[in-house]
Amino acid sequence: MSTTKTRDLARPAPAKASPAKPRRGLRGSPTFNFWLFTGPFLIGLAIFVYAPILWSIWLSFFEARFTVTPDKFIGFDNYTYMLTNDDFVGSLGTFTVFAAFIVPTTWALSLGLALLVNRLRFMRAFFRSVFFLPTACSYVAAALIWKMSIFSGVRFGMMNTVLGWFGVENIAWLVDPSPPWYWFVIVTARLWLQSGFYMILFLAALQNIPGELYEAAAIDGAKPGWQTFRYITLPQLRATSTAVILLLLIAAYQAFDEFFNLLSKTTWGRPPLVELYYKALGESQDYGAGSAGAVILTVLICAVTLLQGKFMGFGRGDESK
Amino acid sequence: MSAMSNSNWSRRSLFRAAAGMAAAGTLAACGSNNGRSGGSGSGVDLTQFFHAYGEQGTEQAIKKYAKAYDKANVTTQWITSADFESKLFATLLTKSAPDLFEFHPQIQMIKSGQVADLTDIITPVKDDFNPADIKSHTVDGKIYGVRMIDDPQFFFYRKSMLEKAKVEVPTTLDELMEAAAKLTTGKVKGLYMGDDLHSVINPMIWSAGADTLDEKNEIAYHTPGVIEGLKKMRKLFTSGHLLLGAPTASWDPSSLNQGLCAIQFCGMWAMPGIQKALGDDWGVFPFPKTIDSGKQSVYNGGWSMFVNAKGKNVEAAKEYVKWLWIDQKKYQEEWATSFGFHIPPRTSIAQTATKLKAGNAAEGVRLFNEFGHFDNIGWTQAMITSLEDVFANCVRKDMDPEAALDKADTAVNRELKKLFG
Repeated sequence: MSTTKTRDLARPAPAKASPAKPRRGLRGSPTFNFWLFTGPFLIGLAIFVYAPILWSIWLSFFEARFTVTPDKFIGFDNYTYMLTNDDFVGSLGTFTVFAAFIVPTTWALSLGLALLVNRLRFMRAFFRSVFFLPTACSYVAAALIWKMSIFSGVRFGMMNTVLGWFGVENIAWLVDPSPPWYWFVIVTARLWLQSGFYMILFLAALQNIPGELYEAAAIDGAKPGWQTFRYITLPQLRATSTAVILLLLIAAYQAFDEFFNLLSKTTWGRPPLVELYYKALGESQDYGAGSAGAVILTVLICAVTLLQGKFMGFGRGDESK
Repeated sequence: MSAMSNSNWSRRSLFRAAAGMAAAGTLAACGSNNGRSGGSGSGVDLTQFFHAYGEQGTEQAIKKYAKAYDKANVTTQWITSADFESKLFATLLTKSAPDLFEFHPQIQMIKSGQVADLTDIITPVKDDFNPADIKSHTVDGKIYGVRMIDDPQFFFYRKSMLEKAKVEVPTTLDELMEAAAKLTTGKVKGLYMGDDLHSVINPMIWSAGADTLDEKNEIAYHTPGVIEGLKKMRKLFTSGHLLLGAPTASWDPSSLNQGLCAIQFCGMWAMPGIQKALGDDWGVFPFPKTIDSGKQSVYNGGWSMFVNAKGKNVEAAKEYVKWLWIDQKKYQEEWATSFGFHIPPRTSIAQTATKLKAGNAAEGVRLFNEFGHFDNIGWTQAMITSLEDVFANCVRKDMDPEAALDKADTAVNRELKKLFG
């Protein structure tokens, strides 16, 4: 009964205190306590996550326009429609390319920032905060700042003002798809917003690398800088890198806020979720087709994630391996 | 008391907490900041959804009307324009659905049983309404909404800028393109029609002598004239004479008022604001002929009041609609002419609306009567989106217009099949 003893030690017991008796009934039952603590969360999860997912799967087999309680079963028609819909398939393709670009870029930038901040000898906390703070900013707010202030298409937009000093004509950053300047706006916004968070993950991992490794490497003749980074730091960050890439990949496919706010009503640069929003929740209100698209997207994300995990060995080892 | 019992809630403390929460809930419900309009209603609560109008005073006016109604407590939700449609449609599926809402007449809302039949309250005054407004709200002889305002949309231009550049008011799309070129200077662009060009989609189609759907509810927009118009719009889009990336959308006259452009597509609602900013240095003209055989056009948009057929208080909501949008002519005139300028759909009010009798307002009314096209109730949101995609793909992204229209045909026919079989 270590718990009782600890309590007795922490708080002086009355002189005639009797030893604590095992509790009777439900309150003493570990099973009851387990459900007491996890039950509310499980109920919430069931109501707000699993039920909508199951409902969505159910809806995907029905003609469900302007209703979420449809009665017309149409089998796989919604799936056929979504998979033959240029815009939806195009959004999947576009975002595979986007993910292929943004994932390594963010990985490299956040790792670079972590290495930089880790080596700082002064104002370390300040710089960590500076790079981390954008993470606290709402994607919607950032998108509006990018759109209205920095990348506004008129002459008083910040970027156009700067370009104007060099005689460059105003650029309609987000309106004209050719050349596709909108990617520059989206990518800079996304890098600014998310790099700080992944920097913190890398920073934590960097601080877990034993100093002895570097000392041993130095004794063995390893040169500081690239050689040490290549053969010690990077392998030691393998598990963190895998996790970061996994998170980045999922985040790329779940992109919505900045795209929705920066590129309203375009047929390009639409991530799958924006495409699904317009299909299911926007003006079309086609919950059947939207649900089918959501199921397809979920399967795709799961497949890509599993493949990536298999390829990079996620879960096979920890930092030290 | 033992340490053990200290760590547990006593029954008494639980009761105390529950009573406290109940009291807090009661106080919150009694508070003045609960979103209620404060009307002295009979106990029936009604909720109405409005999109956020740009003109100052509109929100207060709608709440004033609601407060003046004594047969129900009417709560108003004033929703940012960009979110209005999606929020409205999503909410209509839930128990929080509004009892009344403003929107445009669309047949899918009737087919899905979302809006109530208002024939009985409109019929006694049907002849006093603009016949085109009645037609645009009628399906199978039943009228499903009450038009609150008509909103003609056309081009606004700076007279002094056109005079300085020796440009005549354009009557064809080619002349408009030439005018835009001549009016473009270092700091001013010739023309602004919104970044996405959505406002001019229907006018361009009508000005090409085509329509969205014909009388049989079949596609009427896929014509050689529209294809030619799309090619011209592409040329205009890439000319460098179009204002792109402006801070405000085309429904807001700020770009014209602030001198960012010489001509802007906007709605009649903007007239008081433009008059205030530019004095008499402005005029209006309809969307020019897309092709030689076409005809100038004006889109008569507007907003209508609908009753949620699945609401808890359908009859009470209908009574409120009748009271405000049929019986209260004074409020209707105030709503149409005291903030922005709109044309009252009631002939008797439109004829006595003195603010619309002179100057550019009178010209706007003339263009409305001569060139106006009204909402087609069979032209749904999904179809609207299909033509928006045509503009995105071929005007802004250089897709072949024929291919873009073919793609739209597929989507529109799918929609038509669902609606009309």
